[in-house]
Amino acid sequence: MTDAIEPFAITTSALSKSFDQIKVLDALSLEVRQGLIFGLLGPNGAGKSTAIKILTTLLNASSGSATVAGFDIAKDPIEVRRRIGYVPQMLSADGALTAIENLNFSARLHGLRGGQRIARVKEALSFAGLEEVAAKLVRTYSGGMIRRLEIAQATLHYPQVLFLDEPALGLDPIARRTVWERLLQLRKTKGMTILLTTHDMEEADVLCDELAILHQGRLAVMGNPAELKAQVGENASLDDVFVHFSGVVIDARGNYRDTRESRDVIQRLG
Amino acid sequence: MNNLLDFILETFAVTDTEVRKLLRDPTELISRAVQPVLWLAVFGQVFSQVRGIPTGNLRYLDYMTPGILAQSILFSAIFYGIAIIWERDLGIVHKLLVTPAHRSALIMGKAIAAGIRGLLQALVVYLIAIALQVEIRWAPLSILTVVAGVFVGSCIFSTFSLVIACIVKTRERFMGIGQLLTMPLFFASNAIYPLELMPGWLKVIAVCNPLTYLVDALRGAMIVGGQSLYALSMSFAVMLFVFALLWGLATWLYPGLAR
Repeated sequence: MTDAIEPFAITTSALSKSFDQIKVLDALSLEVRQGLIFGLLGPNGAGKSTAIKILTTLLNASSGSATVAGFDIAKDPIEVRRRIGYVPQMLSADGALTAIENLNFSARLHGLRGGQRIARVKEALSFAGLEEVAAKLVRTYSGGMIRRLEIAQATLHYPQVLFLDEPALGLDPIARRTVWERLLQLRKTKGMTILLTTHDMEEADVLCDELAILHQGRLAVMGNPAELKAQVGENASLDDVFVHFSGVVIDARGNYRDTRESRDVIQRLG
Repeated sequence: MNNLLDFILETFAVTDTEVRKLLRDPTELISRAVQPVLWLAVFGQVFSQVRGIPTGNLRYLDYMTPGILAQSILFSAIFYGIAIIWERDLGIVHKLLVTPAHRSALIMGKAIAAGIRGLLQALVVYLIAIALQVEIRWAPLSILTVVAGVFVGSCIFSTFSLVIACIVKTRERFMGIGQLLTMPLFFASNAIYPLELMPGWLKVIAVCNPLTYLVDALRGAMIVGGQSLYALSMSFAVMLFVFALLWGLATWLYPGLAR
């Protein structure tokens, strides 16, 4: 396999997506090296979630191409799926099941069998810090516990690339930190490449080795956080970088739909 | 055949998960038992006095019992799809679709779970029927036929429901369409009156309605003196064919839910 030699975990070339003739993603070209945490930043509607959905094979691109873990997303979607994990923005752990049941379910769908499945589920429970509540229904968990479970669920099969859509959205500061720790741990111990979307600049600053800022479906800028700050000016923060390149103030309230959606998520995460 | 083994294990994973959820919260199962009680104990008892419907030598109540069993299968399966709309709103569908599991296995697993649910439903209808002294056939082959019919019937209507859910995608629209479909499917079948009483146009619809074949198979197997119009092999062939079509359609439409 070319997996090990391939220097890039993700490459995209002029990747575009239109819905009803509106370009949501416009000729996105980027390369993400193995073992990095890569942040996709941008205001609401910039095309971040669309990009993630295309790279995780949930959505077909209108034009352009991409590879993930060395495989073409359009030609070998199954090979891509074997090598990726995905934590959606919404609540993807099943509240009507226990943590163990959620993990067993994901493990089986990823083709983990017998003793290997049992060992991985055990490891995942310890990784998520949920051993003591493993047999309780997930609907009784806090938002942070659920997120940790979801990350554990998405990494049971040791994916090469992990995708997360707004991983810390709606979490309190402490829960947010525990989620970040887990992601840093995955990169360190498993060498996992992580691509996440966020519009939390603190999150981007703490986690990301490299950033790309999207604006109206286009790549506005790409680089490591220090470089980007230096480009904007002395003592610039990531907030300044974001405003400079996306032309959007982060605290802008967004439209009704954005607000409703993010509140829904916050509510569900409890 | 590694692929086949994967398919079976993935299907099992989905069924296992669904059945656990069902047994954990059987409220729906219990509330759905109310309707067959009303149909059999009230409607059936009253209409048994009318004697206007040609049922051969059967009491009308006995005649309609298999029809009500089929109806309770239909009514509970037809809303099965609401669960995947819920799963879509949450993000569970996205999580499943990013795994390498066969999409056809995800659908099959849900259909089999619906089949198991249908069997629990059938148990309830049997209990009601016993209480009303309906003459039931207890021969193992009769029971086996009913079990198979109920199972395949549940698979058909639950997968039909998934197909609708994949098309309409929102709960509100789904509920509307679900309500809209159940009564016509029920009345355009032989559940509570024979095909021969129907006007020509209705008969044409009834013959195309898979519920008719389910009722017909159940009627021959479940009740002492009950007779099927079609050969059992034909009824099952029609039902399996319809299920195969719906299974393929649902497998094709399901990934669209993540969009």
